[in-house]
Amino acid sequence: MKTAVIVFPGSNCDRDVAVALERATGSRPAMVWHTEASLPDGTAAVAVPGGFSYGDYLRSGAVAARSPVMRAVADAAAKGVPVLGVCNGFQVLTEAGLLPGALMRNRGLNYICRPVALTVGEANSPFLTRYTAGETVKVPVAHNDGSYFADPETLDRLEGEGRVAFRYAETVNGSARSIAGITNSQGNVLGMMPHPERAAEPAHGNTDGARLFEGLLAAAS
Amino acid sequence: MLVKVHVTLKPGVLDPQGRAIGHALGSLGFDGVGDVRVGKVIELELADGTDSARVDEMCRQLLANTVIENYRVEAA
Repeated sequence: MKTAVIVFPGSNCDRDVAVALERATGSRPAMVWHTEASLPDGTAAVAVPGGFSYGDYLRSGAVAARSPVMRAVADAAAKGVPVLGVCNGFQVLTEAGLLPGALMRNRGLNYICRPVALTVGEANSPFLTRYTAGETVKVPVAHNDGSYFADPETLDRLEGEGRVAFRYAETVNGSARSIAGITNSQGNVLGMMPHPERAAEPAHGNTDGARLFEGLLAAAS
Repeated sequence: MLVKVHVTLKPGVLDPQGRAIGHALGSLGFDGVGDVRVGKVIELELADGTDSARVDEMCRQLLANTVIENYRVEAA
């Protein structure tokens, strides 16, 4: 399975997510620099990694969302290619309009970096095939701007359409309706603040995140 | 020509920075400070005669995130 990891100036989880993808799929992802206008032929899944793209200037993810490669990512997403955005990647996907809402400064103004308990939502997504709705998993977060915001109509729509992928099972950052991750209406685009690639092998002390990448492979085969 | 774009959070969007500033003002002894909201001002040096519709487009495409922010353009 050919995958791609998008790299922006200031990305810092690109190699971590590449390792997690390689462990799950058995092949090394293409690392795609943000100035590229297209993805490698045959790209079957895309990851937009965490970090501090463009130093979080203007708004987290705002400048990266307007970079040339994001048009190619949007085209791929429209064709049903699975796209995962983690942390800054989630911020980029909302800024690019691939997912609704916005990520705001954490309610407590602290940078939060710790494993948190998540409840898996009802969302139908290739990334979630190895999870069961309602189960609790533990995945680390590491963010300053992780408080999910959307207007009440959008939140109702996300819940009504079963597009909440993960909710915080504990108090974390003030996210609306405890949302930690959502999908687009087709389910192939997933944005989440927690870092599944940091809970992807036994050395991490927890492999709850590995199932997200394994599920991707299972959904593709 | 110089144009100033004022970007502010929409009413109803929680502003934890504003809240922290309000608390700090209170602890400095400034009583009677109500809601505090933080925004930003972006100054743009533009070619003379730049169409205001073009500035509006800049705001909507990049300078403001209209999911959470309002903007106002001021000719400086």
